[in-house]
Amino acid sequence: MSLTVAPISRPAGVRRSELLLRARELSIVLALLIVFGFTTLKNHEFANAASIRQLLSGASLVALLAVGQTLVVVTRNVDLSVGSVLGLSAYLVGTLFRAHPNAPIALAFLVGIGVGVLIGAINGIITTVTRVPSLVVTLAMLYIVRGVDAEIVNAKQIDPTLIPHSFQVVGYEHIFGIPWLAIIVAVIVIAVGFYMRSFRAGRDLYAIGSNPDAATLAGVPSGRRVFTAFVVSGGLAGLGGALFLAQFATVNATGGSGYELNVVAAVVVGGVAIFGGSGTVFGAALGALLLNTINQALVAAKVSAFWNQAVAGALLLAAIAFDRWLSLRVERLESGRGERHVV
Amino acid sequence: MPSGADDDPGGSDVSTENRDEPLDGHASAAAETPEPLLVLRQATKSFGSVRALEDGSITLYPGEAHALLGENGAGKSTLVKILAGVHQPDAGELIVAGRTLVLNGPAASRAVGISVIYQEPTLFPDLSVAENIFMGRQPLGSFRRIDKVEMRRRAEAVFRRLGVALDPLRPARGLSVADQQIVEIAKAISFDAKVIVMDEPTAALTSVEVARLFEVVRALQAENAAVLFVSHRLEEVFALCQRMTIMRDGRFVRTSLIEDESIDSIIRSMVGRDLDSLFPKTATMLGEIALSVERLTREGVFTDVSFDVRRGEIVALAGLVGAGRSEIARAIFGIDRHDAGTVRLDGTPLPNGSPSAAMDAGIGFVPEDRRQQGLVMDLSIDHNVALAPLSRLSRNGLIHRSDERNLAIDWASRLQLKFGRMKNAVSTLSGGNQQKVVLAKWLARQPSVLIIDEPTRGIDVGTKAEVHRLLDQLVSQGIAVLMISSELPEVLGMADRVLVIHEGHLVAEFARDDADEASIMRAATGQTVGAAA
Amino acid sequence: MLSETTPPQTATSGVVQAPPTIRNPQTNESSWRGLLRWESALLVALAGALIYGHRTTNFWNATNFFYIGLNIGEIAIMALPLTLIVITGEIDLSVASMLGLSSTLLGYLYLHGWPIGVAIVAVLIVGAIGGALNGVLVTRLGLPSIAVTIGTLTLFRGLAEITLGAKSVGKFPATLTKIGVIPIPHTQIAYSVGFFVVLAIIYGVVLHAMPVGRSIFAIGLQPEAAHFSGIRVKRIKLMLYVLSGTVCSFAGVLWTMRFATSRYDAGTGLELNVVAIVLFGGISIFGGRGSIIGVVLATAVMACIQQALTLRNVDAQVRNIVTGVLLLISVVLPNIATGIHRLRERRRLRNRDRLAQRAPDLHQPTTTTTEGQRA
Repeated sequence: MSLTVAPISRPAGVRRSELLLRARELSIVLALLIVFGFTTLKNHEFANAASIRQLLSGASLVALLAVGQTLVVVTRNVDLSVGSVLGLSAYLVGTLFRAHPNAPIALAFLVGIGVGVLIGAINGIITTVTRVPSLVVTLAMLYIVRGVDAEIVNAKQIDPTLIPHSFQVVGYEHIFGIPWLAIIVAVIVIAVGFYMRSFRAGRDLYAIGSNPDAATLAGVPSGRRVFTAFVVSGGLAGLGGALFLAQFATVNATGGSGYELNVVAAVVVGGVAIFGGSGTVFGAALGALLLNTINQALVAAKVSAFWNQAVAGALLLAAIAFDRWLSLRVERLESGRGERHVV
Repeated sequence: MPSGADDDPGGSDVSTENRDEPLDGHASAAAETPEPLLVLRQATKSFGSVRALEDGSITLYPGEAHALLGENGAGKSTLVKILAGVHQPDAGELIVAGRTLVLNGPAASRAVGISVIYQEPTLFPDLSVAENIFMGRQPLGSFRRIDKVEMRRRAEAVFRRLGVALDPLRPARGLSVADQQIVEIAKAISFDAKVIVMDEPTAALTSVEVARLFEVVRALQAENAAVLFVSHRLEEVFALCQRMTIMRDGRFVRTSLIEDESIDSIIRSMVGRDLDSLFPKTATMLGEIALSVERLTREGVFTDVSFDVRRGEIVALAGLVGAGRSEIARAIFGIDRHDAGTVRLDGTPLPNGSPSAAMDAGIGFVPEDRRQQGLVMDLSIDHNVALAPLSRLSRNGLIHRSDERNLAIDWASRLQLKFGRMKNAVSTLSGGNQQKVVLAKWLARQPSVLIIDEPTRGIDVGTKAEVHRLLDQLVSQGIAVLMISSELPEVLGMADRVLVIHEGHLVAEFARDDADEASIMRAATGQTVGAAA
Repeated sequence: MLSETTPPQTATSGVVQAPPTIRNPQTNESSWRGLLRWESALLVALAGALIYGHRTTNFWNATNFFYIGLNIGEIAIMALPLTLIVITGEIDLSVASMLGLSSTLLGYLYLHGWPIGVAIVAVLIVGAIGGALNGVLVTRLGLPSIAVTIGTLTLFRGLAEITLGAKSVGKFPATLTKIGVIPIPHTQIAYSVGFFVVLAIIYGVVLHAMPVGRSIFAIGLQPEAAHFSGIRVKRIKLMLYVLSGTVCSFAGVLWTMRFATSRYDAGTGLELNVVAIVLFGGISIFGGRGSIIGVVLATAVMACIQQALTLRNVDAQVRNIVTGVLLLISVVLPNIATGIHRLRERRRLRNRDRLAQRAPDLHQPTTTTTEGQRA
């Protein structure tokens, strides 16, 4: 019983589906332009140089943390401790300056990053060694770090006059009209994004999130990679803390609290799938920018600030629904009729 | 199917010769005896107190397709896992390309050129096909960056060698099972695999895809690789392979040329039993129409399907894999919604897309995939039996544990279920016993219609016979049975009527006496339109 | 995984299992041993907490227990529906935001002259609607619940903000606000604790003694098989979310009455405490395992520890640290146990296989001692 066989060819829908996937980042840019356009119509001030600088610098910290979060989420994990880490790091850097007002700026950044790296390493070890879901681990760490931070701060706060001017420059100065803060973050985004696209270790992260079992079978060192992702996420949060201090020159016990939700929102809106395996840091950074722009737009359009959160929530839900629609479309394009799929 | 000389049944097949050498007496084989690619000699393996493999032996030559046959529990899976490096044998020798080796892990197995394609492909849905093939080994360019152009080129080269057209840049998500297998094979080739083991690869493929797979296997053979084909499907084995090895009870039975064997001789060696006892179908009185399917349609899957099933009747849906039979069954039971048509039980139409309504009306559904769909593997046996909500077992809304346990025990004895303790998870049972638990779950509800999809897939021959006997009993008690099966002997043996589905259409109907393999096959492949020949 | 199953007594051994499932099949849910192990540990923890409290001044008096209950009441109530949701394999992070929304809505309606009884009913209905929103997005649209409920967490809090702005509403009827001050008559039990106990019994019965509870466990363990067995998976999940919204809304009413104030930021951040209790109670985050008893015990332990720390004038922040550490321990410990077990198994098998004197480099011939190893 033999049958003649023709090679099975796939429909030419491939290019289209690739475009649709790219579309995710493009859709954020589009949304950004729309929001920006509409708001400027209502309030011309929105488009002036100072306002744009504010848009960029306001989004910078969240975008920075979103980069680290992307690495973690791509591997099918989550890091809820980033807000507390930022707060703790900001305070410790401030303490450094209080004790040594002439400390070199580089040291300040090192301290900040170091704090983050340490906590990230703890998160990473517990998650990889004990197989406890990162949601729970980082949730607990959020509590613990927040508590530690509050203990250390003890209702005091950092006195702005203690912060050396050279340090604060990073926070609010700009060059060629673009805030230093935004430039630093953009450089990091590009570097990390490039690494994720074009280096084996970066691709390993996607593999781990896409199919953890297959990744192990393929010889991907999952434990090591996930650990590194948490260390980077923590480190960037620590860096964010130092930059926070540079930007605001003061921090108290509640610094950074609630940040984690903003970061996760940015990441989701930016197209990083919560179940891992896809999404880019570019998208996440754009997502942070979009969310901040919307916040500022509401202010500029004289909408009561009370609407901010509700809008953010609605936007988040819309982004998730859109992503789902998008991936269903891709699947349908690729498969033609209803055949059996395992993947 | 070639018929061959009859061998004596049972134990006398076990011979100490014929392990490493091809049978002589055939000109083509005697002309040259190349170096075997792989020799496994008298491997043993125990897990705790259980001896899973007593005498595992196999020899693979370059360029051959070699079938590995045996019932469940015969030791095939253990042997394959030894080749895959997952297990290390307690005793015995493994010689690959002339060197005696011990493989201490899957990586080692891959490194010596052995690749195993499991039934469930493990791909990365979010990554491209090329990345799936080369994950962890992507070609590097300057500064250790991934060279994407080179990766795509290599992927295309591999696909060319296999004679398949797949775009390396497309995401793996949405690939059909058949295409995913091709990617897995491409992965194996990219590892320079010389021995490729395929475990039940055709289970989920359409006939076109099976043919394509066979072409790919021949391409592999042309490159002097050896393909080890583990399968229950004897027709395919005869179509594809040149040699075969039979195992029984953990032991090597014999190796022979396919052309020297017949289905009878193979089964007898696998089982040590005669064929006839497999299908104990007795004649039954037919009653009223229980299930009535009218013009059932689901866009792009099946169209205008109409048939009835009477009480006391076994109606079989035959056809090639992918024809749409399981989909029809699922639509009848309500797992999937249908787009047009009606399903009636005893005249009353059922709501669309509601398994609970179908269940309440009296339909039971034993699905194709036991482990994912039929059972909750981590739950205990008695909980699985009570899984389909059973109002009998609760008084005043509360579950009565002892009633539940007694029910399970009752059915366990009726179905001759072999188990350790009721509280054990069903994952500890063998395939045949698991199927019995699924059956118990539905029979406990005393359905008037039982839909059963692939009743004996992945089950050893002994339990197979028990299941058939059970179905026979059920219809004699007045239940209507709708059976889907890809095994023609089972269809011919059990069914009162055979309905043939081809590409979503009901194309032929045969009464028991008129049905034969040839006419069913013809209808299944779309070569005759209308009634039986 | 090969098509044929291995015979019953085969251990799932092997240096690598291809392809392993995400879940570690531990003792299955119906095994009493598995159930009691965690709950017994919690009992020990409770005893420890009580002893610790005993060493604290003023712990073992009735008023103190009243305050323990009062402080944990709403959180505990919200933990009950979340428990069922987590068992089905989903999550609901919007619980505290719903509490906040219902609190502000209650204040808003009361401020505008609605009779308090009607306002409460209206608020509960809104809670149900909010829960339905979650449920529909998760079941009908198939969106991941963690992302959806992070969205609704923000949305509900935002709606609360819009409703009241920065205002706060007070002056609620004294008959209701007394729940924040006095216990149930003739006892030292806070009203919210009373509600919690009643709800816990109801939820406990539903989960452990009714068919729908069995279905809930099945959904968490293997949703496809549950669906194929006629269990109405989507409907059950939707109902659980609606229940969660309603119960959280009710918790919001209690909260408002306890503090006699309605503000938009009511309960901010509380969702973490609720999740912590659920996980500490032994409910597996993967779904399919856990018990109400565990949640009740976890509530008791947390509450006692919090109160003991408060009495010792320990900072609110340190209490956070303690909660976090407890949470970590509660999830790390069982995994360490299985991890050690796995390591031990692997070592045992490797030692046995080593009888075949494995060569370090696979290209070297082995010195296999074949004959002597036949069992």
